Amino acid sequence: MKSKSEKYLLMAISLYLLIIVFPFIWVFLTSMKPESEIWGRKALRIFSDNMSFRHYQTLFRGNILNALKNSLIISTITTVYVTTIASLSAYAIARLKFLGRRAMLIIILATSMFPQMIVIGPIYRTFVRLGWTNSYFITLPYSMIALPISIFILVSHFSKIPREMEESAIMDGASKARTFFSIILPLAMPGIFTAAIMTFIGVWNEFLLSLTLNGNEAWHTAPVAISFLRGQFEIFWGQVTAATVIVTIPTLFIVLLFQKQIISGITAGAVKE
Amino acid sequence: MASVELREVWKIYPNGFEAVKGIDLLIEDKEFMVLVGPSGCGKSTTLRMVAGLEEVSKGELLIGDEVVNEVNPKDRDIAMVFQNYALYPHMSVEKNMSFGLRLQKTPKEEINERVSRAAEILGISHLLKNKPKKLSGGQRQRVALGRAIVRKPRVFLMDEPLSNLDAKLRVQMRAELIKLHQDLQTTFIYVTHDQTEAMTMGTRICVMNDGLIQQVADPETIYHRPANLFVAGFIGSPQMNFLKGKLEEREAKVVFTFLKEEEAHHVEMDPSLRKYLGRPVTLGIRPEHMHLATEGVPAEVIVTELLGSDLNIYFRWQEELMSVKAQASSRIQSGGRVHIEFQPDKIHLFDTDTGERLEA
Repeated sequence: MKSKSEKYLLMAISLYLLIIVFPFIWVFLTSMKPESEIWGRKALRIFSDNMSFRHYQTLFRGNILNALKNSLIISTITTVYVTTIASLSAYAIARLKFLGRRAMLIIILATSMFPQMIVIGPIYRTFVRLGWTNSYFITLPYSMIALPISIFILVSHFSKIPREMEESAIMDGASKARTFFSIILPLAMPGIFTAAIMTFIGVWNEFLLSLTLNGNEAWHTAPVAISFLRGQFEIFWGQVTAATVIVTIPTLFIVLLFQKQIISGITAGAVKE
Repeated sequence: MASVELREVWKIYPNGFEAVKGIDLLIEDKEFMVLVGPSGCGKSTTLRMVAGLEEVSKGELLIGDEVVNEVNPKDRDIAMVFQNYALYPHMSVEKNMSFGLRLQKTPKEEINERVSRAAEILGISHLLKNKPKKLSGGQRQRVALGRAIVRKPRVFLMDEPLSNLDAKLRVQMRAELIKLHQDLQTTFIYVTHDQTEAMTMGTRICVMNDGLIQQVADPETIYHRPANLFVAGFIGSPQMNFLKGKLEEREAKVVFTFLKEEEAHHVEMDPSLRKYLGRPVTLGIRPEHMHLATEGVPAEVIVTELLGSDLNIYFRWQEELMSVKAQASSRIQSGGRVHIEFQPDKIHLFDTDTGERLEA
């Protein structure tokens, strides 16, 4: 038998969930409606009489698959690169003794405070000069943006691993590299998952840099491709909503798959264990 | 098998803190040496230097005949058991135990044989496939021991391995460790702050304080002939009673006088202590070497502790809390008055200024 306060709490959570999930449900329903019913008199009806996958079919005939491929490649490269570099740097900051260790972490974090709008100009000029526009080199500025937070997350994870683990491995005869890969890395997995997923989702959804650096249609990422779903005088809302659903599926899938790791990663160190 | 020797070993941290101050210690082959002392006395640092986890700042460290100051921990042929077990949580018990051997590229059959034999000795054969989180504290401690055993090291190092166990399990594991030492016939160096562990397990005990060795001896000597006030006070529970006073000559006898003026009391001492006459000395006597009597030094009971068969009676002399052991049947209550007598042959005498033991 649930107490009264528990019932209220359940109601509050359900309401909150509805508010959070409602836009996504509405986007999904809209993607099934014919363009004529998205606006106007019938717009507020939940289900249309003519539900179909027509918008999805149109999208797949267009550029969306190529954009998804670009997004996937760019996000994956950035995630792998960022996670690798962040793991090594964070381990060094958390464990090795060297001068300016704390200052280094502060500087790394400070770089993430620059607004993207400020750095985008110089990055664009550099890319144009190097001939790197419309290429997968866009993963470099993405890494620059994602690295500080990933390092910060991982430093807190590595610091939490008892020093005796490493000392025990040293006594067992493991080298520094072996200790890192066989002992430390598996123990820091929740943190690494968190950093990887946050990087992946961040890059997957990024718009401004992608639009600026990879303007050619062949190099569009999914969010940019969605923004191009428009005619001269209108936006194809049916296709936009269908594309939104398609683009959301991979991130949704990843989050559902790794939710246990993400939660233990985000809340790590919150309570005494 | 090997001996371990520390020659004038110092540990000085970069901030200038001296954790270990030039200690000399020879741990014989197959010995069970216990390093004991209060927190911060340098015992763990000493052990970690032997392990190679801390650098030796000055002096020489020898394992066998070899100076190992610059030798990597893995090449010292030693194994260490940590206070918090330090088991690898993502590996099964079997993998935990065989990790070191796998790194040494030991043949698979030999690994299996050594792991199963160690598991058998420790009674954990049925747990080999489990992950550490599924084990109880005692089982984890056994795995940690097993990980050390499989490597067949020349020296076992143990850093307070029983402190995380509950009282009952600690007593059980204590006995098991003693048996393990007998079975393996290897040098054990064991760090603890628990004097009971030190007294029951060590073939010799090294008492440390403030980065210095206070005394190295077998448990009996440490208990019955403590080298100084620190050792006398640290070993024994309740701790030894100390009385400050002086040696005087009265009616041609050597007496120890304590308390002042009309309360002054005199305890007859060995005549050979005459050479210390007039010096400020501290008398030490263990609670079990005093007894209640009809005559003797009067005292007011502050509190009593019933321990089943025994009764600890606490009282105050010279502003110091003292205790005497009595039989539970004596039915002494707090606030009561008692008279206390000393067993003259059990008295220890120390120089009050230097703290050193004064021998007859």
